[in-house]
Amino acid sequence: MKVFDSRKTRVEEGDRSIYDIKDKVRSSFEVQSGLTEEIVSQISDEKNDPEWMRTFRQKSLQLYNSIPVPNWGPSLDDLNINDIVTYVRPDTPMRGKWSEVPDDIKNTFERLGIPKAERKSLAGVGAQYDSEVVYHNISAQAAAQGVVYTDMESALTGPYADMVRKHFMKLVPPSDHKFAALHGAVWSGGSFVYVPPGVSVEIPLQSYFRLNAPGAGQFEHTLIIVDEGAYLHFIEGCSAPKYSVANLHAGCVELYVGEGARLRYSTIENWSKNMYNLNTKRARVEKGGTIEWVSGSFGSHISYLYPMSILKGEGSRMEFTGITFAGGGQNLDTGAKVVHAAPHTTSHISTKSISRDGGVSTFRSSVRVMPEATGSKSSVSCESLMLDDQSRSDTIPVMDIQCDEADIGHEAKIGRISEQAVFYLMSRGISEEDAKALIVGGFAEPIAKELPLEYAVEMNNLIHLEMKGSIG
Amino acid sequence: MNHTLLEIQDLHVSVEDREILKGVDLTIHKGEIHVLMGPNGTGKSTLVSTVMGDPRFEITEGRILLEGNDITEEKADVRARKGIFLSFQSPEEIPGITLENFLRTAKGAVEGRAPRVLAFQKDLKTQMKNLDMDPDYAQRYLNVGFSGGEKKKAEILQLMMLQPKLALLDETDSGLDVDAVKTVSNGVKTYHNNKNAVLIITHSAKILEGLDIDYVHVLENGKIVQTGGKELAAEIIEGGFGIREKEAVV
Repeated sequence: MKVFDSRKTRVEEGDRSIYDIKDKVRSSFEVQSGLTEEIVSQISDEKNDPEWMRTFRQKSLQLYNSIPVPNWGPSLDDLNINDIVTYVRPDTPMRGKWSEVPDDIKNTFERLGIPKAERKSLAGVGAQYDSEVVYHNISAQAAAQGVVYTDMESALTGPYADMVRKHFMKLVPPSDHKFAALHGAVWSGGSFVYVPPGVSVEIPLQSYFRLNAPGAGQFEHTLIIVDEGAYLHFIEGCSAPKYSVANLHAGCVELYVGEGARLRYSTIENWSKNMYNLNTKRARVEKGGTIEWVSGSFGSHISYLYPMSILKGEGSRMEFTGITFAGGGQNLDTGAKVVHAAPHTTSHISTKSISRDGGVSTFRSSVRVMPEATGSKSSVSCESLMLDDQSRSDTIPVMDIQCDEADIGHEAKIGRISEQAVFYLMSRGISEEDAKALIVGGFAEPIAKELPLEYAVEMNNLIHLEMKGSIG
Repeated sequence: MNHTLLEIQDLHVSVEDREILKGVDLTIHKGEIHVLMGPNGTGKSTLVSTVMGDPRFEITEGRILLEGNDITEEKADVRARKGIFLSFQSPEEIPGITLENFLRTAKGAVEGRAPRVLAFQKDLKTQMKNLDMDPDYAQRYLNVGFSGGEKKKAEILQLMMLQPKLALLDETDSGLDVDAVKTVSNGVKTYHNNKNAVLIITHSAKILEGLDIDYVHVLENGKIVQTGGKELAAEIIEGGFGIREKEAVV
């Protein structure tokens, strides 16, 4: 977009009251703030961990204590782990029927449209409230196809225990970084999905994470295995009300895409603006398989989020489509990583970022092509829109190409809302605020098109919400 | 009954401290078609953009009245809702919004309520057909990748859909082939009636053919230096502004 405007402008934050409704905190068990061997052991007791998981947690804790806090991204100085309650279990066991979920928790999800979405267009829904999954349901049709969709705790001891043990934190080992180690020590909740060979799950599965308790951490673990030739679309949504104390989200997502299989993983993160979102997501793709990421980041105070794809099998593919909206007080450091580790692999990364009211949006991409990945292709494109002079947008591409026969492209654009475009829309009777929202919505449209309908609608609402009260 | 639609009184306009318009007076009544001519760079576009409310132009003196109400301080969206429309010389490209959705939003904004879906779609289809526009354009992003001619047709389409009281056409005919100019000219003719008015900026006679022109004004060096009837346009197009200047000197 053209640069027309050099005037000082400021766009204020809008009303996000729907997300900010706090429920009375109801929990049956909370560990003390801070992190010690005893606390981690308490979590194991409470969850009836198998022995290997007990050991795994304690080893992760040791790693956590030995790895330094990352210093290359947004500052984490104000995040004090001693203030974060690592484990909060809501005062309700998991339900298979929506009607049995307690009213205030149910109302929260109703307000966010979760069960309605399930009735309309989903094959299964999981809802996590604070640290534990409170609701899990899968359609009879998907279950009959042999699709497994359950909470992680049940998976750990159920018929798929061996499969879980074989894959759990193998893609993202606790040694990866400090918050992966933290996750390994205190993880709780999340979903396990297994799609058997050749099974195509026609309608999406969805999980929704809601963090309600103040000063709490959410460390859900998502493990998805899509076997040979199978297909799945998994949707993940996240939100939390705003409290004055910092909340921490250090989830972990591990995706295994089998030979010729396809997995589409869509996320809309709308955490409240005091949240530290330090989430790690990784996929491994076998021969001829495809991973598609669709990612929308709207909330949180600070985000570190760079979903990574390892293209392990020949001819495997990844597509990443993402949008980040950083407002006042937000520093959203997002991006995508890909490793081409086999011949004829392709990756396509396309992102948009919007920053306003002093928000900072940084896009990092990392493309690594191994010597054996001959005939591979990669394209990265990033467009940024800054809505005022106080906001910031950066692009940091990293490329490590160890193979001569690879086709690599990178494109980055940074711009502002054109005043002439605003005038053009206003000359047709549209108010300044609506004109700007239309332009920003139009900028985000190629991403919205990739989202499931109800999320596309939510994203549009969020953009209008964020643009409310903008001053010309 | 007062038929005065637009009154421009002693309008002085500056851009970055450079005065472009140096005291323009112009009155347009309902039912009239006016033509504004003049050499390049004399302020024709500045005049219509200022009437529309383009914030790049600063009014240092004078007033603009629409149906007797002072709109000098109003923003563009308010002026549009009061009935002013500008067909841009270089319409903006807006990615991500389809022409149809944009028109629906604009019509809703101008009329103060959302248009009825079926009636709107039918109207849109008819108007596009009249303008010889491919109906697929309704689903394309606003002006994005449109040729110069398609953009101008899209402007006239907006004029037809929004039905303003005052249409300002800033070189809508430039960059169009002969047939397209005729189509646009027919569009303007269809739009025009005794309750609205048109001000056309042009360098050529084609768009004026078939239109019932009431007044032709010549803008030079920031002022209207001559006003006449339809014949003045023909003289200028044939002989250029130089001839008129010589006569003025004699």
